[in-house]
Amino acid sequence: MAYLFDSPDQRRKMLDAIGVSDINELFRQIPAEVQLQRELRLAPPCSELALQQEMELTLGAPPGPVPACFLGGGVYDHFIPAVVDELTGRGEFYTAYTPYQPEASQGTLQAFYEFQSLICQLTGMEVSNASLYEGGTAVSEAVFMAMRVNDRHGKVVILGSVHPEYQQVVRTYLAELRTEVVVVPAKNGVVDPADVAAVVDSETCAVVMQQPNFFGCLEDIQSMTDLAHKAGALAVLSFDAISPGILRKPGDYGVDIAVAEGQPLGTPLQFGGPLLGVFTCRNEFVRKMPGRLIGRTKDKNGKDCFVLNLQAREQHIRRDKATSNICTNQGLIALRATVFLAVVGRLGLQQMAELCHEKARYAAEKLTQIPGVTLRFSQPFFREFVLSTPEPAADVLSKLAAAGINAGPSLARVFGGTVSTAANTFGISDQDQCFLVACTEKRTRQEIDTFAAELRRILQS
Amino acid sequence: MRNTTATRLLFEMSHPGRGTQIFPESDVPAAGSHIPPIPATMKADAPPALPEVAEPDIVRHFVNLSTLNMSVDSHFYPLGSCTMKYNPKRHERLARLHQAANSHPYQPESQIQGLLKVLFELQGMLAEISGLPAVSLHPAAGAQGELTALLTAAAWYRHKGEDRRRVLFPASAHGTNPASAALAGFECVQLSAGTGGFVDLDELKKEVDARTAVFMITNPNTLGLFEKDIRKISEILHDAGGLVYIDGANMNAILGKTRPGDFGGDMMHYNVHKTFTGPHGAGGPGAGPIAVRDFLADFLPSPIVTHDPSRDWYSLTTPKHSIGQVRTFFGNVGILLRGYFYIRTLGGKGLREASENAVMNANYLLSQLKDVLEVPHGDRCMHEFVASAKNLKTRTGVTAMDIAKRLLDYGYHAPTVYFPLVVEEAMMMEPTETESLETLDAFAQVIRNICQEPPELVRSAPHSTPVSRPDEVTAARKPVLCWSDCKS
Ligand SMILES: Cc1ncc(COP(=O)(O)O)c(C=O)c1O
Repeated sequence: MAYLFDSPDQRRKMLDAIGVSDINELFRQIPAEVQLQRELRLAPPCSELALQQEMELTLGAPPGPVPACFLGGGVYDHFIPAVVDELTGRGEFYTAYTPYQPEASQGTLQAFYEFQSLICQLTGMEVSNASLYEGGTAVSEAVFMAMRVNDRHGKVVILGSVHPEYQQVVRTYLAELRTEVVVVPAKNGVVDPADVAAVVDSETCAVVMQQPNFFGCLEDIQSMTDLAHKAGALAVLSFDAISPGILRKPGDYGVDIAVAEGQPLGTPLQFGGPLLGVFTCRNEFVRKMPGRLIGRTKDKNGKDCFVLNLQAREQHIRRDKATSNICTNQGLIALRATVFLAVVGRLGLQQMAELCHEKARYAAEKLTQIPGVTLRFSQPFFREFVLSTPEPAADVLSKLAAAGINAGPSLARVFGGTVSTAANTFGISDQDQCFLVACTEKRTRQEIDTFAAELRRILQS
Repeated sequence: MRNTTATRLLFEMSHPGRGTQIFPESDVPAAGSHIPPIPATMKADAPPALPEVAEPDIVRHFVNLSTLNMSVDSHFYPLGSCTMKYNPKRHERLARLHQAANSHPYQPESQIQGLLKVLFELQGMLAEISGLPAVSLHPAAGAQGELTALLTAAAWYRHKGEDRRRVLFPASAHGTNPASAALAGFECVQLSAGTGGFVDLDELKKEVDARTAVFMITNPNTLGLFEKDIRKISEILHDAGGLVYIDGANMNAILGKTRPGDFGGDMMHYNVHKTFTGPHGAGGPGAGPIAVRDFLADFLPSPIVTHDPSRDWYSLTTPKHSIGQVRTFFGNVGILLRGYFYIRTLGGKGLREASENAVMNANYLLSQLKDVLEVPHGDRCMHEFVASAKNLKTRTGVTAMDIAKRLLDYGYHAPTVYFPLVVEEAMMMEPTETESLETLDAFAQVIRNICQEPPELVRSAPHSTPVSRPDEVTAARKPVLCWSDCKS
């Protein structure tokens, strides 16, 4: 049952041609003392029907209505147009591999060239690669690239309002290097540019920012970009992939590297993976970029075509001097984003961003009408915000979940909680009472009203 | 039948006012100004200039683009080191089940017990298959698995108060091995390719010392051979206090036959997108879970899935001395699940049979080709072998790349060429177990034909593909990487 063609007569024929009498002879290369003398201890083989039935029970929706998802923190419950699944589900795309043979991969290559082109339009940046793993590693790769660009290895400055898991990933990636990670705490939900100015120096390779930040608030990216540049550091911005529908694009601020988690562009949540690392920068840095790049060129007959370009940056050629160790990337997820951006288009992206924003504002208004419930930070936000309640957030969130409303995460969970070991760097003492609320275009007025009614009930009882 | 007129760029198909209604009008009233509004300075003047394309055009566009690809679903794809085996369709439907597709990473544990159970079981399966007891499912691909394991080892050494900064690997190593070691901050030491395709033990002994952190080795190695001295290699490392990392890209050769933990490996990665049929996705996503020895378990990335049998409850926990996260959230769950479905479908016996047939198919293909193409490292192999077009090139000028291109004309994807770097004019062929005798015979016949064809014909191939021999030199000299580049 291993999807084999094995039949006794053909096996005999093949073994004869090889010149062995038994398949096990082929494994004689493996020293006898390390050969496994038993079968692997795994569950017995399972038919398609039996596995389908079992998995429907194990992985199906739990009984009762599916909770409304107000969860935020980097990935979101967005709508995915049907064409995305239909087109990316074609075997010619998803059962191909890295387009090393351009003549056999023009479909993939053109699609990824279109991905790069769409991402450049989305961000206002000059060049995009063909994807990295996800948002957190994209930030880490940006830091490494900044070091290559300005040859500064002493320090990286990260705003305390950057996603705590991204902060953690950067720390992990830098663990064995001498580069110091300096975190600038946020005050009232945003970072004061003066605090950044105080720590950026001639050793600083980059200033890492996020817009909107982890708390949903909008930062003064322009001031911080300018002061990074003044100190000769690169400005690195992690942005919300759909925010350019209504907010200024990364390129408008003149940042040097812009990265994003691309999941909102047509990929289901899947418990947080596979996701999509978007990576863009200025043209002048292109030869220092991590990851694959698709280029347009002519074939030998003068026909337009596409190839893997500037491969001399990559591990298969440059080995320990490569700009990154990435090989397999997130191709199919980049394809999903390509189809998504194509079908949503200019006005669709704007409408989507507006819907997220309007619904988040409505939710904020409704929820803060409840006595004791407030917006933790009095800052403008795009699609999510931090709510403060009189009760511990963990209790409130589990009661909400029981009532069919998923919100969060609580700030306690992500700052020094069980999932992330990132330190509490935003300097507020009441984090146990705070949690995120996010809205996408999918959230209905009725769901938001139910959320408010349930929260009111929970806090009154 | 291919439609060659429908593959203009999306931006060229754009026309103002085209598009489809995806989203409804807002159903909420505008909030009052006490909810802080976005200041004008932060607002976009206009939305990004994405193309405006009608949905029917988009569908035709991507359907026709897809037909320009070779893929496992459509073609024999013997791309060595990549294990291009059949990707079962049943996995695609299973991966769309509710908890698999729609769970948010911050969702309450109570709502995802089924999903956590499956991931917990997968950790156990990968431990059993590797013979290494502790598993992290986080890494997004093999290369990130390498990096994660190296960082885990570094944390362990630091915990023990040892300063070991060198990572060793043979010249036949995949490029990600040195790249990962360098990224993690180690000093890279490349050994020779060894003799007869095997690690040179004397050289290894000379290089391994108290500064050595890890020796990275692919086994079966990138020549398709099982390192015959793997036990001695690991003894050399262990005697010096070092660790052995097994690059598991070639696990498809040895499932249920031998285990990295049993032959002396201390850490390894799997490529779920190779061995366990996660579809390759035109370049990714993959999943590169790692398995390590018990003494490294406390240093693995956070979180891992644990099970409390007394409550029958699955939860996410952080190992005691965890290196932290190597990515956001849990891992490439969608791909990991496909690996789980595959292992469940086959069971222990099925996995062993898969490897046996992968090895038989490779040896059969080798037996059919060794009289036309030289195979420098013997007439036996594991799941893949490396042939060389060196002699052919000397005789006729036809290179490995030429054969690769000519194969496309015959409807076969090319093998991996010019890797490993230690074989001249390398052609690395991995047929996998999910190909029939008929396919292998037909492929071998085509290679034989190509070797007989007029050299000019082969050297100017491919002749029947949509494009032929793109100019990569100009592409690199004057990169055009996005649509607006060629407008200006
Ligand atoms: C031998 C070997 N090692 C490592 C890798 C890297 O794995 P991935 O592409 O999943 O990052 C590959 C895959 O291309 C490989 O063939």
